Order: sequence, then structure tokens, then C-alpha cells
Amino acid sequence: MSKVVFERPHALTDLQFTYCPGCTHGITHRLVAETLDELGIEGTTVGVAPVGCSVLAYEFFACDMVQAAHGRAPAVATGLKRALPENVVFTYQGDGDLASIGMAETVHAATRGEKITIIFINNAIYGMTGGQLAPTSLPNQVTQTSPFGRNVDNDGFPIRVVEMLSTLDGVALAQRVTMDSPKNVRAAKRAIKKAFEYQIEGAGFTIIEVVSTCPTNWGLSPVDAMQWLRDKMLPYYPLGVYKDIKADGFANVAEAAAARAAELAAGSAAPAEGGEA
Amino acid sequence: MTEKVLMKGNEALAEAAIRAGCRFFFGYPITPQTELAAYMAKRMGKEGGVYLQAESEIAAINMVYGAAGAGKRAMTSSSSPGISLKGEGISYMAGADLPGVIINVQRGGPGLGGIQPSQSDYFQATRATGHGDFHLIVLAPSTVQEMTDYVFRAFDLADEYRTPVMILADGMLGQMMEPVVLPEPKTEFPEKPWAVTGHKGQRSHNIVNSLHLQPERLEETNIERYERYARIKATEQLAEEYLVEDADIVVVAFGASSRIARSAVNKAREKGIKAGLIRPITLWPFPEDVISAAADRAKAFLTVEMNMGQMVDDVRLAVCGRKPVEFYGRAGGIIPTPAETLAAIERLAESLEGGAR
Repeated sequence: MSKVVFERPHALTDLQFTYCPGCTHGITHRLVAETLDELGIEGTTVGVAPVGCSVLAYEFFACDMVQAAHGRAPAVATGLKRALPENVVFTYQGDGDLASIGMAETVHAATRGEKITIIFINNAIYGMTGGQLAPTSLPNQVTQTSPFGRNVDNDGFPIRVVEMLSTLDGVALAQRVTMDSPKNVRAAKRAIKKAFEYQIEGAGFTIIEVVSTCPTNWGLSPVDAMQWLRDKMLPYYPLGVYKDIKADGFANVAEAAAARAAELAAGSAAPAEGGEA
Repeated sequence: MTEKVLMKGNEALAEAAIRAGCRFFFGYPITPQTELAAYMAKRMGKEGGVYLQAESEIAAINMVYGAAGAGKRAMTSSSSPGISLKGEGISYMAGADLPGVIINVQRGGPGLGGIQPSQSDYFQATRATGHGDFHLIVLAPSTVQEMTDYVFRAFDLADEYRTPVMILADGMLGQMMEPVVLPEPKTEFPEKPWAVTGHKGQRSHNIVNSLHLQPERLEETNIERYERYARIKATEQLAEEYLVEDADIVVVAFGASSRIARSAVNKAREKGIKAGLIRPITLWPFPEDVISAAADRAKAFLTVEMNMGQMVDDVRLAVCGRKPVEFYGRAGGIIPTPAETLAAIERLAESLEGGAR
């Protein structure tokens, strides 16, 4: 008797991925699809594909899908979620899409506490267009448009997205994960699933940043790319939970924001009461 | 039951949209359309709908894209500089065949321009709202009543042809108050089996998308869309004709400037000049059939616009060299007066008498 021990998640179509060998998009797609399967939400989910390497995500996920203009996925997801409040809405975006051209949409969807989930792929480069400087490219990182390395005097500094978003009251969950080991893949899966669960519970805006590889445009083998990710990216982009309002004991972002406002008000009142200058 | 109420143009646009079944409005403040958003902010919640002030015009149109993709009647409004920002999203809506309504309460440009009424976005509305081969259906009201009627109609057109529809108004119409009869709220809406609502295990996944990497496939979608445009051109051209039948000089004007042109035509008639008015209601499709028919009888055409001369190109295309087509307009937010418009008609009449041709 044969027994199935591994199969394609139902929430993935049977199309072959268009991703390069060693790219972690495939694992991340799978984890999202497994989550849709396990939560039984493929039929009620609408996903939003970005512009970038994962533009064709609308063909790979078996749920209803929308393709959005470059950077606009959080705005499109906002329109979808407001129109379909009972449905689950997620976006799947790369670093150029989310953190450069779409930063305004990202920040404002987050601060509004839109009940959507963003899967954010940070591979420190523009993959689709052939390896240009990204908002998350590391200092001194060589890319097609930083041929002598990212010069922070000229190009500025990389953005740590989940740290920044974690300061916003609308955010229920902001966590950074990676795919470099089975252990970390399992942790990433738990984070992604948690984000969807928080959305379903109406907790607020959720984002999972996935530190990812781009062997093709980094000019490395898949194995070396994983090592580069560990050596270079993880020190700059530390894994971890940057905000988790439920872990802090709140049901939703409104409760968490009210508690934070009270805390800040108390803090600002203290010096005056103490009579300090 | 019909109720007649006194309303500001911008508010009439909003109320009619709600009555047309629009429950999703995404806006961003800009003069001179802000009353529309303010009205929506007050009313939408009571109707169980969503009013949301987006972080930008770009975000607002993409929220419309999302809500329209979910099969809902959705709208955004802005004024000229804001419409430029929406151009990308409008192109994506056209490419993904999404219905939706965009309101432009025009002001003078280019750049930040001014805040006074203008018609200088005619080219943008009818030619190049965004990148790629596409058109919008463009409706041009000239009264507050028409603001009401056309926005109501715009949602039906958008659904019927799966295309974004633009109401091209201006700051004068947006700010003026006139009595209007509001339409009865719409209760029946077309099915949208293509919408992304979650497949619920009942069908394969729907995809809202404008990307086609195979050139042949992309061309197919363009050809199909232009077949739809041909149907729209054949059936949806709309214009009002006023004293055109025996007119020697046909004035062509839309929106706010058509109101001035009508006064000027009346004054010209008093002076013995046989003038008439064609008022395009659909700017796209342009009512070329009406203009072309008039070109058989009239001696000359004069377009009157609040810009440096834009619609005059469409009139010339429709007239196709058969008769002279002149232009009179004011720009910068200045509304031409009936007297100076009359003077333009008189100049044209004199040139015809003088045997200029």
C-alpha cells in the first residue's frame, strides 16, 4: 500500500513556477498555499499579485486573484477588503514594489489597520528587471545600478520595513522570517499562518517579511546565496517578532492603540508633575 | 415620486452616484471638487457603504480598482492635477476591463495651474488618460440636473461595456446650485460572474488582470476591446442640437461653455445671424455623426471652449475639410462672456459674407 506523504497544496494550481533555481519564492508560495488549505479559506480568499518576479502569482494561487499596478497592491487590497469584509485578502509583494514605489500605500494601509495580510519578499534587489539597486539593497552591495556597491552617501540607507511599520498603531503583527533552513521554514510557516488567523479574527494589519534569496541577480549559486543571506542579510535584517498585539494581550489594534496612547500620555505628564524643567 | 431639490453640482454628483448603487467612494481632497467627498463622507455610512479618504489620488483609484474587481459599483473624484495621478490606475482598469466611474471637476492647468473652472482636460479625457490603447466613455454635463442624470447613467454604461466612465465637469458646474429632480434609487444590478469574490469551491479562480506577456494574446485583448468601442461609437453618441436646422454658423460647445454659447447663439439670432448650437454630451464617443450631418448644410463651425482649443480637433475631423472650423476660447480659468462669444460669431459671419471663401 502506498501512502501520500507529500503533495501539492490544493491552493496552488498545477502550473510550473517561473522562478529561478534556488529562489525562495517557491517555498514561500507553498507556505501561503498550505495556510489557505489548513485554514480552509481558499474559497473565500482574494490574493493580490504585484509587479516584479511574482507578478504571475495570480496564475499560481488557486484562489481568486488580482494583479495590481507596481506598488499599489495595498491600495487594491484595501478596495477589495472594504468591498468584501467577510473575505480574506492578502498581497504578495517584493521589496521594490512594497518599499520603494509603493511605500505610501504600504504605510497608509498599515496605519489604517486594514485587515489584510502582506507577504513581503525582501531579497535586496530588483529581480524581474535584472538586478538593480533596491530600497533594501545592503550598503556596498553591487547591483547593476550600483556597480561600485551601494554608496550610502549617494543612494542612502536600506529600509528595515517591519521595524518601521511596527511603530504604527494599525499594525497587529509585524514579523521577519527567512527560508534558509527547515527550522526557519517551519517558523516562517507558523508566522504566515498566524498572520492570516489574525486577519480572520479582525485584529488588524499583518505583515510577514521574508528575507529571501536571488541567486541569479546576486550572481551566486543557490547554496552560496543561502550563505550570503545568512552572512550579510540576516545581520542587517534580524529575524524576529517586531509587533504582536495579541501576544501583548490585546484583541485588536484599537485596544492596543488606546493602551499605548494612555501610556504615552502618562509618560508625558510625569515630568510636569515632578516639577522638572 | 419625484422630489425637486436645490443642490450644488458637486453634491448632486455624489447623491446621484449613491442612488445609482455606488457604495464605495475613495477620494482625496482637491479644489474645486471637495464638496463631493464631503457629501460622501456624510452619506455613505448611512447607506451602509464605504467612504475612505485615500493617502493619494493614486491610492484612491487603486482602491476603486479593488472594489470594482470585487464586483461593486465604485467611484472616485478629483480635479485636473489629481486626474493626472489617477491616469495609471485608469489605464489598469481599462486593461482589466473593470467598470467604475471617475469624476473630473476641471480646473485650469497645466501643472498646478489654478482653481478656477476650465475645460483643458479634454485631450486627457478623450485621448490619453493613461498609457496604452484605450478609451473611456466621457460624459459632459452642462447643468446640475445633467450632473445627476449622467452620473446615474455612467454606472450602467460602465457595467454594460466593462469600461471606466468619466464625468468631465468643471469648477463652475461643481460649485453652482440649481434645482434638480433626483432619480429613484436603483435596486437591480447586473450579474458580474467575472468578479473576484472568492470562488467558494464552486468555480475555478477568477483573475482580474491586464498583463498578457504573449504579444498575440495582448493584441487579441486590444482588438476585442476596440470591437466593444466600435459598438459604443455606433450606439452611444449623444449630442443636443439647438437651432441647428437652418443655421449658417454652427457653434459647438460642451459643458459650462455650452451655456454661454447658447446665450450667444440667441443674441446672434436677434441680430439676424443664423446661428445654432451643437452640444456634445458624449465627448467620447464624439458625436461625429451629428457634426458630419450639420456640415452638409452649415457654412461654418465655431467651437467655444474654456481652453486653448482642444475639442476643435474633433470637430475638424468630423467636418473633414468640408467647411471652415474656427475656435474661440479663454483659458486659465476664465469663463468666456456671452458678449465676446457673440463677437466671435459675428466675426465669423462677416468673414463668410466678405467672400473669405
